[in-house]
Amino acid sequence: MSEKPRVAFYWCASCGGCEEAVVDLAEEILNVVSAVDIRFWPVALDFKKHDVEAMPDQDLLAAFINGAIRSSEQEEMAHLLRRKARVVVAFGACAQLGGIPGLANLYPRGEVLAAAYRESPSTVNESGILPSAASRDNGHELHLPEFWARVKPLDQVVPVDYYVPGCAPTPNIIRGALAGLLSPEPPPPASVLAPDHALCEECPRRDSKPEKLLIPKFVRPHQIAAREDTCLLAQGLVCLGPATRAGCEALCVKGNMPCSGCFGPTSRVRDQGGKALSGLGAVIEASEEEAIEAAIEGVPDPAGTFYRYSLAASLLGGVAKQA
Amino acid sequence: MPDEKFEPTIVAFFCNWCTYLAADLAGTSRMKYAPNVRVVRLMCSGRVDAQFVLDAFARGADGVLIGGCHPGDCHYQEGNYKTLRRVALLKRLLAQMGIEPERFRLEWISASEADRLKTVVNEMVEQVRALGPLRPKLAQEQVEEAVHT
Repeated sequence: MSEKPRVAFYWCASCGGCEEAVVDLAEEILNVVSAVDIRFWPVALDFKKHDVEAMPDQDLLAAFINGAIRSSEQEEMAHLLRRKARVVVAFGACAQLGGIPGLANLYPRGEVLAAAYRESPSTVNESGILPSAASRDNGHELHLPEFWARVKPLDQVVPVDYYVPGCAPTPNIIRGALAGLLSPEPPPPASVLAPDHALCEECPRRDSKPEKLLIPKFVRPHQIAAREDTCLLAQGLVCLGPATRAGCEALCVKGNMPCSGCFGPTSRVRDQGGKALSGLGAVIEASEEEAIEAAIEGVPDPAGTFYRYSLAASLLGGVAKQA
Repeated sequence: MPDEKFEPTIVAFFCNWCTYLAADLAGTSRMKYAPNVRVVRLMCSGRVDAQFVLDAFARGADGVLIGGCHPGDCHYQEGNYKTLRRVALLKRLLAQMGIEPERFRLEWISASEADRLKTVVNEMVEQVRALGPLRPKLAQEQVEEAVHT
């Protein structure tokens, strides 16, 4: 028996980028492996669900779960890992806030399935079959996980002890989170394991942000050649830095792209999209209705822009009315 | 289906310097208007964070009304302009969220325009009544009622 703390990694509705982020620790992954005993990690190791079920409850120090919850299978695994682990970590933007998959909450379930299985240009599905929880084929009963009507962040399904933000979490953030968890004095419960201030505060272009920020109109990244030394918001780009938690070291801004908000809000903000919209809406220069409408043409998809990663965790959670 | 007995709830954010005083004037003048508004007094319409509006809808408001000073009359010079810009974006966002435009309204109503307040409130209550309840289905309920739709 190993005395090292036992941990599990699992993925739900996600792209695999969070798994990649762990592997991206490169040589440092060896430090992780030497510090903990990985008991379950479907993407990398050959343990099965029954191995998890066989563990005593609370056997794992921590379960790192990435991805949002959108099917009965994911919900079941979240409950199972919650039972087996003393600490559950929502790892990455999808587990924390619903992430990109959460944007599906703008559409009813039926439309999501139709778009994915019938209408997408690369799909051939002449008989229009949609996945269903139970079906019969050649006399055999077949079962699939249920596809829920809404995408949920992990903490709407099981209690979550810590959040590791990011799409995907950066090596520094992961390193800090692991160190915190393994330290004799773990961080306060329910905390987001990243700094609690806005990205602007650690932005290398911070000094170029004008004291009174006013912009004639919003522009999209492909419409201008953004200067590399000036605040992107001041150039009219929708940069969510003011409404996003710091900790990523402004990676996107360093690549001359505006922040899209993957680290989520700070602890003082309930709804990242609402806050971002309020802050950015106020910096438009125009005062006449028509001119304002023209200025916001550069934000053709406000929900997808301001809630890129947080729609499922937002106050409304998605469409207010389902068709 | 509009329900005949349905009484909409309208959450109203009124500026302390104008629309709230108009509501006061309507009261002291014994004017009658629909009792469906729940008024929240703020120092300026510019204080209305989009989160307030979203929260009101999430908690069961059928409509949200913001009342501020006419352009040029803001007690803080430009708070109402900030509101106007935010509201333009918020209207587009709410449309994406499936919330009908009649449910969210921004009006400039000065302290002396009690009549206008009465008209706006009555008009909005009737419009929202005709639309029926919003009843946002929050994530929890949606998953419970789950799938077979």
